[in-house]
Amino acid sequence: MNRSFHKSQTLRFYDCGAVEVKSKFGAEFRRFSLDRHKPGKFEDFYQLVVHTHHISNTEVTIGYADVHGDLLPINNDDNFCKAVSSANPLLRVFIQKREEADHYSFGAGTLSRKKKVLVTLRDEGLRRRAHLDISMPHDFRPVSSIIDVDILPETHRRVRLYRHGCEKPLGFYIRDGTSVRVTPHGLEKVPGIFISRMVPGGLAESTGLLAVNDEVLEVNGIEVAGKTLDQVTDMMIANSHNLIVTVKPANQRNNIVRSSRTSGSSGQSTDSAASHHSLLAHDLQNCHPDEMESDEEADIVIEGALEPQHIPKPQGAPSSTLSRANGTSLVDRLHRDLALHSSGRESNGSIHRLLSSLKSDPRNSLILPPGGVEEHGPAITL
Amino acid sequence: MCPQQPPSPQTVEHGFPNQPSALAFDPELRIMAIGTRSGAVKIYGAPGVEFTGLHRDAATVTLMHFLPGQGRLLTLLDDSSLHLWEITHHNGCAHLEEVLSFQPPSRPSFEGVSVPASLTRITVVLLVAADDMAALGTEGGSVFFLDVTTLTLLEGKTLSPDEVLRSVPDDYRCGKTLGPVESLQGHLMDPTKILIGYSRGLLVIWNHPARCVDHIFLGNQQLESLCWGRDGGTIISSHSDGSYAIWSVETDRSLTLQPTVATIPYGPFPCKAINKILWRNCESGGHFIIFSGGMPRASYGDRHCVSVLRAETLVTLDFTSRIIDFFTVHSTGLEDDFDNPRALAVLLEEELVVLDLKTPGWPALPAPYLAPLHSSAITCSAHVANVPAKLWARIVSAGEQQSPQPASSASSWPITGGRNLAQEPSQRGLLLTGHEDGTVRFWDASGVALRPLYKLSTAGLFQTDCEHMDSLGQAAEDDWPPFRKVGCFDPYSDDPRLGVQKVALCKYTAQMVVAGTAGQVLVLELSDMPVEQAVSVASVDLLQDREGFTWKGHERLSPRTGPLLWPAGFQPRVLVQCLPPAAVTAVTLHAEWSLVAFGTSHGFGLFDYRRKSPVLARCTLHPNDSLAMEGPLSRVKSLKKSLRQSFRRIRKSRVSGKKRAANANSKLQEANAQLAEQACPHDVEMTPVQRRIEPRSADDSLSGVVRCLYFADTFLRDAAHHGPTMWAGTNSGSVFAYALEVPASMAGSEKRPERAVEAVLGKEVQLMHRAPVVAIAVLDGRGRPLPEPYEASRDLAQAPDMQGGHAVLIASEEQFKVFTLPKVSAKTKFKLTAHEGCRVRKVALATFASVACEDYAETCLACLTNLGDVHVFSVPGLRPQVHYSCIRKEDISGIASCVFTRHGQGFYLISPSEFERFSLSARNITEPLCSLDIRWPRDATQTRVRESPKLSQANGTPSIILAPQSHDGSPDPAHSKSADTPELPEATLSPMSIDSATSADTTLDTTGDVTVEDVKDFLGSEESEKNLKNLAEDEPHACTILIK
Repeated sequence: MNRSFHKSQTLRFYDCGAVEVKSKFGAEFRRFSLDRHKPGKFEDFYQLVVHTHHISNTEVTIGYADVHGDLLPINNDDNFCKAVSSANPLLRVFIQKREEADHYSFGAGTLSRKKKVLVTLRDEGLRRRAHLDISMPHDFRPVSSIIDVDILPETHRRVRLYRHGCEKPLGFYIRDGTSVRVTPHGLEKVPGIFISRMVPGGLAESTGLLAVNDEVLEVNGIEVAGKTLDQVTDMMIANSHNLIVTVKPANQRNNIVRSSRTSGSSGQSTDSAASHHSLLAHDLQNCHPDEMESDEEADIVIEGALEPQHIPKPQGAPSSTLSRANGTSLVDRLHRDLALHSSGRESNGSIHRLLSSLKSDPRNSLILPPGGVEEHGPAITL
Repeated sequence: MCPQQPPSPQTVEHGFPNQPSALAFDPELRIMAIGTRSGAVKIYGAPGVEFTGLHRDAATVTLMHFLPGQGRLLTLLDDSSLHLWEITHHNGCAHLEEVLSFQPPSRPSFEGVSVPASLTRITVVLLVAADDMAALGTEGGSVFFLDVTTLTLLEGKTLSPDEVLRSVPDDYRCGKTLGPVESLQGHLMDPTKILIGYSRGLLVIWNHPARCVDHIFLGNQQLESLCWGRDGGTIISSHSDGSYAIWSVETDRSLTLQPTVATIPYGPFPCKAINKILWRNCESGGHFIIFSGGMPRASYGDRHCVSVLRAETLVTLDFTSRIIDFFTVHSTGLEDDFDNPRALAVLLEEELVVLDLKTPGWPALPAPYLAPLHSSAITCSAHVANVPAKLWARIVSAGEQQSPQPASSASSWPITGGRNLAQEPSQRGLLLTGHEDGTVRFWDASGVALRPLYKLSTAGLFQTDCEHMDSLGQAAEDDWPPFRKVGCFDPYSDDPRLGVQKVALCKYTAQMVVAGTAGQVLVLELSDMPVEQAVSVASVDLLQDREGFTWKGHERLSPRTGPLLWPAGFQPRVLVQCLPPAAVTAVTLHAEWSLVAFGTSHGFGLFDYRRKSPVLARCTLHPNDSLAMEGPLSRVKSLKKSLRQSFRRIRKSRVSGKKRAANANSKLQEANAQLAEQACPHDVEMTPVQRRIEPRSADDSLSGVVRCLYFADTFLRDAAHHGPTMWAGTNSGSVFAYALEVPASMAGSEKRPERAVEAVLGKEVQLMHRAPVVAIAVLDGRGRPLPEPYEASRDLAQAPDMQGGHAVLIASEEQFKVFTLPKVSAKTKFKLTAHEGCRVRKVALATFASVACEDYAETCLACLTNLGDVHVFSVPGLRPQVHYSCIRKEDISGIASCVFTRHGQGFYLISPSEFERFSLSARNITEPLCSLDIRWPRDATQTRVRESPKLSQANGTPSIILAPQSHDGSPDPAHSKSADTPELPEATLSPMSIDSATSADTTLDTTGDVTVEDVKDFLGSEESEKNLKNLAEDEPHACTILIK
């Protein structure tokens, strides 16, 4: 897929200050230029594009062809910068109406067939089953997964229950119980917390990662030993937007199936119902454990209207802007995930090396803008 | 923060001990002891002199006796164990410590081998002070003798009923037993004589050294109690049929057949027993007969009465709760010929009443402590620190006008033992308690003794349905018996809607807000003169035309219209009625702006009480929240009213069965409970308790409840202009911030300009975790909380930094967050629940003054969790500083009642009638510091007792080494040494005890045998060690959080 001749071109024009942009909407196109070093904000670029095409009242998505000829989206400052800086001298921008774009896939090879790209892709996507389909970035979301497999004993399992956008209840119950521990004085019965029940159709059940009688050892990194049932309940509820429970599964026979990760990393599908999918997601997310931890549940702040009377507002009203900001960080994350993911394809081991290096660097999380992961759309959930 | 913190922050208990069960008085030291059903012993002397001891077993204290003047106290628990307590001085401060305990052999085992007769149940105890000996009367009729210094039985001295029966004429004996020993009385002048009364009615004067019967009185009426007259010539006995009899002791005869007088004071109809009777003679002639009970069974059998009879004067004191015990304060000197009782102290289940017997009419003396906080159930409380002297004086004078005191009252409180060593409190603290009957009581909480100052009643403003019934009840009262209502305990609320839910007081303007159960918000102002005036009424609809809801709860209270006469004190100015009339859940007052904000489960409102106009009403209801709409009583409503009316008088006081375990013990008990749980895990598995794990959602019920309201002068709209703001937080994690437009120029001028106050919604914050917002506070540029209204403008506090960026601290049940202002973006946060698994219950910003440096003080966030722990966090960094366990987590009402002061102290209810005070600040501690002048016995055997306080003083440190040893009853080194000396207790030498199976118990002090007690102690200490270890492990844990 690499087309090296483009690269040589790129090198030649690299120092040039202005980037030529060819923007195409349907059949018509416009040309304008941007400053390579100061491309500006995505918002401005978006306005500029819709203005030059005179389509200010339509919702559009913007994509560009990268050096490999892949159609990639431009929807935030970061990938806009990337697009401008990597332009080989010409930045080819494709504009689509949003409703059309929804059926459309960005991704590798999308521009490999010259011409008719936009016209044919829709049909093509349906026809070519074998082809790797990557949906719109806003369809990507973190999902529940097993994490930290490499650092935990094999008998334990750390599960992240991710409720992002999911209307399902978390759906499990915990109870008091006793477990047997090996201590210096021999075996000893100690009180423990166990999963007592699954709500049918709940998140916990549907992910299949937790089971009745699993012993809860940690909640979001804090040991539950010595804590009462009520305390553990409160801890879980307080972390319910991003709940990570470490359990000792009651059924230990399913533990050694680590090879299944390989199949997961082939990344076939985004179908959230498929069980192996969560294993894929595991790889994706594992790369940024701290980032996910950053969960800044950015509280929603609504600027008050200045009229003295105050009709109770629907709370979802302001969240459209929020969701956009939110999407930004998601896409950003996705990009890195993808990058890592592709390297992971080459070797599983490298993922883990990378992973541990990322983990050892706590600043990794600080680079990220504290984007609200939880709020998405008008429905505000934890 | 000061690292030097007391391990347990509790300092002193205020109020009345819960469930008192025994009373004792030391006439020489003039101190009183109250024992409780939970095994606590509390000593009271002069105001400020008080200390507490706690039995290891939470058993009821049934009897207590002081060894007069020695500072020693013998207690009997209902498990028949005897305990000897000593008042010792550490660092010059008196403490109460258990020195010895004695458990009578639990089983009489083989009849008459070790103990001739059963010692299983001790009924009465008499201390024979001269011999350091105690006589124990038992249910079996035997009298045992005990050496008090060692708590060992004096074998062979036991007086069995058979021995007594030998002296009794045959026709009296007639094969019947004498029954339990009901009374043991010593002769004041002649310590050799002991008056023994048996249940059957037989009275015996026993000469102890001579071991012979001096005199016998052949009573036939079942005996309840006895009292020996001062000269020893008269004996008065009370009986189960409500009669009392007076016997004269004639020296020439040893047998008396008939009493000189026998009367049933409340006859002729059947009467209840007279449980206790006292006989006191007076120099001025005549004598007092004071007795409890004896009321006519049918008509007044349910009354709790003490009758005081002197010559022709009889007063029947009618109390509202059960009588525990009573005593008189009288002269006890051997040289005096008369008792001359000064005062009568009656301990009731819910209060202590002291009558002045010297003043004609026997008026009640106001108690300087032991106030029955719960005379009506406490529904809320608030603390006001640093009360200005002027306001203090006005409140005190209002209180004095309310209940005029006899001029002599201050000096005539009869219990005056000990010296209060505590320094005069540096500032005056006012504790306000709101009650179920619509009253607000003002307490002087500056020192150790919680003193009532003033009582504000809001019931007079409303029409309640119960008024006429009270007047009916009074008319029906007869002249006989001559009842006199005494005491103030009255748990019956006429109308539950009157209950006070929230109180706020502005200490600079003497204005206050009292908000109640039926949505009434009263703005009151202190006036030194009685005023007749009408109260203006306004109502605020908090639903704001929200449709689809109907209120099914209680009706609003209807206010009386027209001018009403208000006595001097706090007088209502404005009544704001919230609609629907749900209980007010939050209230705040800003006197400088003349604004009051209030919230219910439906929404919140803002009211300008100077212009008497509503400013704002906002509904916070979530559409799905039906519970809040219908009101909490909807389902039982129809039943409620009829039940209330018919059962009003039967209703039990709220005082029932809540077990109060003291702090030291509770840890141990919890640990033991855990141990027990571990021992039998099967029980746990059989009854699995499940908890559902589900995030909080928007439509949880009661999500609209307004939890806190706050006024601040800060930056809400932009960073350049600050102005008045109001903040409201709800149960579902919403925060509403309003910018207020308060017309200027009102400072100084009484009249408010024409312009109205306006409120504009500035910000609306939805916390993503949706936990209830517990508190909101704005921090100034230096990170300190803004001063209270008027503090800055009157130069009473350092002016806030209005230059730097302000920040708002929002404390929810799950986490604390500091947001910058005016752009509300999160700055710092601490997720308490995620880290600790506990939820925030109460939060306060408190100033902690440094111990080392006079001027240095820090503001911290004090927080009480649902586990009863208190955490302290730095502000605004929100870093954990210290954390203590303070309240047992099972004590939900204690946690709910907690109130913090502004100087790092706090109060919580340990029982319906008692506040425990705790201190988080090492500088600011209110604890009893007092000393007693104890006359130690000069016997050679008492060396140990005399040494211990001296030793501790010489060291300059509390003698902690001695305390635990004496506490667990095992021999301490000093004692075992003395056991080697010739004064070995007789019991150990007795051959009988050596081969008896139960000898280990009776000779606990000298033999090293392992007893059940020892094992318990061992377990206990192991547990406490474990706790300590846990504590130590907590430290690094806190650090890791800090790093995060």
